[in-house]
Amino acid sequence: MATTYEPVIGLEVHAQLFSKTKMFCGCSISFGAPPNTQVCPVCLALPGALPVPNARAIELAVRAALALGCTVNERSVFARKNYFYPDLSKGYQISQFDLPLNTGGKLVIDTPSGPREVGITRIHVEEDAAKNLHGVGHGTDTLVDFNRAGTALIEIVGEPDLRNADEAEAYLKKLREVLMFVGVNDGNLEEGSFRCDANVSIRPVGQEKFGTRCELKNINSFRFVRKAIEYEITRQEAVLSAGGTITQETRTYSDGLGKTIPMRTKEDAHDYRYFPDPDLPPLVITRAFIEKLRVTAPELAEQKRTRWQKELGVTLYDATVLTGHPKIADYFEEAAAALAGKDASPEARAAAGKKVANFVQSEVLRTVTTRGLEAEFAVSAEYVAELLRLVEGGSISGKMAKDVFAEMITTGRSASKIIEQKGLSQVTDTSVIEAAVAEVLAANASQVEKYKAGKTSVVGFFVGQIMRATKGAANPQLVNDILKKMLDAQ
Amino acid sequence: MSDTKITLEDVRKVARLSRLALDEAALAQMRGELSKILGHVASLNALDVSNVEPTYHAVPMNAPLRADVVQASLPRDEVFASAPKTEAGGFAVPKVMDGEG
Amino acid sequence: MTSQALCALSGIEIQKKVASGDVSAVEVTNAFLERITHQDRKLHAFLYVDAEGALAQAATVDRARKAGETLGPLAGVPVALKDNLCTRGVPTTCASKILAGYVPPYDADAVERLRRAGAIAVGKTNMDEFAMGSSNENSAFGPVKNPWDETRAPGGSSGGSAAATASSMASFALGSDTGGSVRQPGAFCGVTALKPTYGRVSRFGLIAFASSLDQIGPFARSVREAARVLSVIAGHDARDATSTTTAVDDYEAECGKEVRGLRVGVVADALGAGVDAEVVKATRAAVAKLAELGCEIVDVSLPHATHALAAYYLIAPAEASSNLARFDGMRYGLRKTGDDLTATYGTTRAEGFGPEVRRRIMLGTYALSAGYYDAFYVKAQKVRTLIRRDYDAAFKKCDVVLTPTSPTTAFKLGEKTSDPLAMYMADIFTLPPSLAGLPAVSIPGGYSADGLPIGLQLTGRAFDEKTLVRVSDAYERASGWLSRRPSEIV
Ligand SMILES: [Zn+2]
Repeated sequence: MATTYEPVIGLEVHAQLFSKTKMFCGCSISFGAPPNTQVCPVCLALPGALPVPNARAIELAVRAALALGCTVNERSVFARKNYFYPDLSKGYQISQFDLPLNTGGKLVIDTPSGPREVGITRIHVEEDAAKNLHGVGHGTDTLVDFNRAGTALIEIVGEPDLRNADEAEAYLKKLREVLMFVGVNDGNLEEGSFRCDANVSIRPVGQEKFGTRCELKNINSFRFVRKAIEYEITRQEAVLSAGGTITQETRTYSDGLGKTIPMRTKEDAHDYRYFPDPDLPPLVITRAFIEKLRVTAPELAEQKRTRWQKELGVTLYDATVLTGHPKIADYFEEAAAALAGKDASPEARAAAGKKVANFVQSEVLRTVTTRGLEAEFAVSAEYVAELLRLVEGGSISGKMAKDVFAEMITTGRSASKIIEQKGLSQVTDTSVIEAAVAEVLAANASQVEKYKAGKTSVVGFFVGQIMRATKGAANPQLVNDILKKMLDAQ
Repeated sequence: MSDTKITLEDVRKVARLSRLALDEAALAQMRGELSKILGHVASLNALDVSNVEPTYHAVPMNAPLRADVVQASLPRDEVFASAPKTEAGGFAVPKVMDGEG
Repeated sequence: MTSQALCALSGIEIQKKVASGDVSAVEVTNAFLERITHQDRKLHAFLYVDAEGALAQAATVDRARKAGETLGPLAGVPVALKDNLCTRGVPTTCASKILAGYVPPYDADAVERLRRAGAIAVGKTNMDEFAMGSSNENSAFGPVKNPWDETRAPGGSSGGSAAATASSMASFALGSDTGGSVRQPGAFCGVTALKPTYGRVSRFGLIAFASSLDQIGPFARSVREAARVLSVIAGHDARDATSTTTAVDDYEAECGKEVRGLRVGVVADALGAGVDAEVVKATRAAVAKLAELGCEIVDVSLPHATHALAAYYLIAPAEASSNLARFDGMRYGLRKTGDDLTATYGTTRAEGFGPEVRRRIMLGTYALSAGYYDAFYVKAQKVRTLIRRDYDAAFKKCDVVLTPTSPTTAFKLGEKTSDPLAMYMADIFTLPPSLAGLPAVSIPGGYSADGLPIGLQLTGRAFDEKTLVRVSDAYERASGWLSRRPSEIV
């Protein structure tokens, strides 16, 4: 009988911290600058230069750790990880080793069988490497750009608690969401500010001991994570089923080939000779500082979704869409609060929330562009609230609201301004509508006769004529009611 | 540590880790010199330090933190002033292979 | 005044004359540049003489005086800088082929402070390559000769700075001290040489040898000059995370004070086997002189000092192996292109570094590598704790500890080059204060029968350079050694 295997997956995520400057020097980290223009003696490792840690980066790392339920260590130590590589200017990376900033957290992910807790071993701070550019020069040389070198990172080391590619993907998405909502990482996989390595092994179901693992490196999209892990599990199963053994190695995923392939590694690659960095005394942060960050921690997406379902009348689906980006979540809350108004009853708040949720999803989202932690909205939350208030008050119809919104996008004007200027205000005055109906009926006596003869389909014709006469501003429901009453009275 | 005999293989491995291309004669000489120094260093074996905390920083202090304020970077000409080879705004280095270094 | 007379003045006198307009800074600078031309042909204390830069800076000082500005405490005073201190626009090589021709884009903090104080940097001094050595014979550009006897070593690693000061090619000089590299050449060349407490002077711009030990310190022909220079270069620097915020004292104010009642600790072990009889005799005479001045002489012991050499030769090479990884031929300095990247690294570094540097990189890499880290590196750092405790105990009984600086007077060039361990022994008295991070000064303490200077080392409590200056100055005045100078080189 064939053995059934259980995959064991642990993820290591490198997330750039959303600071203005690098981890150990004052160089800017803004994206897209020409190569080697955001460098200084420190990040180029010129002789004599020394590192000084970035306070903001430390704060962001602690915020991330608190959001992931870690213990923040009041004393941690920067250590040097020594290896040679052209993208590593100093010949060592400043990282943390046996005394990291944060230890022992967790992340809850949703699985088909319900929520599952995934352990986080540690979160430490370190610096990023430079970028090696291949194939851009004339010859065979690799060109190195140190703009990224020294950018502040956290490495989030997860426990090997994941059991399939779905869970791995769920973990990464949830982690990215947490980091973005805390404001520590911009979640940008393409630009490499959120990167993932996966340790994958398999073991016969029921076996306690882990199998030999392979490390999958440089996977830069959620889709590739899934594909790489799935491929790797299948590959390892095939090897073991054929009686072979798994070699511990580093592999990378090639999308072109649709498989993982071994990376060339030197036998000494893992003798990193970590030791405490003598240039940096221990990092000591106070309990009071940690508590301050705990108290001022922003609300996470998960908490928003729960609260909104309870208080803002939205479904889990709505809430999930609206927490797709922190700025969209803020937008929704702002618009919902503005529509409900101050001192609204819980019922009114829920009703307003529902209306805003629907409108944002159907109209606003198409117009939003997000870039990292930033988002650009064509129309402000306040304007959207005003627009919906006008619908609520009956000034315009829901259908007209869409046209007005389109107008708001192009002109940047408020809904009330547009309605006023275009005379769009909905006609709800029954006497005005009655007059219009009477006029239309008088002008179309033959059609009235047809109606009387039982041809009710002419009602549509009359409605069209009345709407034209009122320039489309008449409340359609009132038109229907009044028309029916007056026709029947003929 | 007292009976640390550094082998030629050890020396070769350390030379590789250190990125020092030493020929066989240099490795052999290095082995002799390192053995002598390590022999002296072995005198530390006489000390029981099991309950002693290491001193990594002679003067106790905590890491100061720097405000997250952008400082001027180096002008391009100074970045490349001493570079052995540059191309297209980058430092040109021998082709990098996966995992090589 | 004649050039010769100008060069014979102390830095204190030069500053006074320049500030009062008796003599211009340009005249002073020209006098010293002329002297360097004559004296250095044989001594080889300088690797680079920056006549143009020195004269430009002197002109600035003169202009400032004419404009009525208050001049700095070192205005117009010529200084020689060890070639591991970064100087903007002036070659800085660490006496290594790997940095031949390297020109830093910035000044070290200590250099900046000297410039602000009006000092005139006349050139960069020769040294043991990357400050590794005790004789200056490890310079890739040929050794320095001892001004007292050209067949002898000036000591190391700051031999060029010591020789330049002793032979009046500069009023004072800066060196760096990791395990004795200021004090031991100070002793061999008969000048005052002070290593401040670790953290007292910023290491920013000092090309690192062993980061947890390196300190910049002054050489001067008198204690008062050394005290003034220390006041200028000491102080907090936000660019060095190990720079202290402890207030800087007025060191010069300690000169001329009495020492009655101060307790001088004498270590019996330091006057035993392995120490030259003449050195022992001179040290005992100094103890007697201090007692005569009213000092209380107490016996202290440093039981773990005998282990300092072993601990040092694990810690310093370990840190050095990592610090020197940045010299890889990728961004600056020498590159020897090989068949591939690995070969390029290996050849560049094997050819760029001299034998002693290679040896220490190897030793340090070994001490940090997998399987040896705890046995070597961590153990050495624990020994460091024991040595610190020894001093803590000693300083309960005394205010300064007196030992010889070196067990011998200057040895012959070539005498110890074949035996690294014998060379290391030259540092046995200077290593314990280095490992404990304590301030220590070497002052002239007599002369051997063949006319070579003997150095006395005084070690103080952390950040108590004040007391070192006070005792040294009192001894200098009482001993009369100050008047002795090496004979002119013709
Ligand atoms: Zn930088």
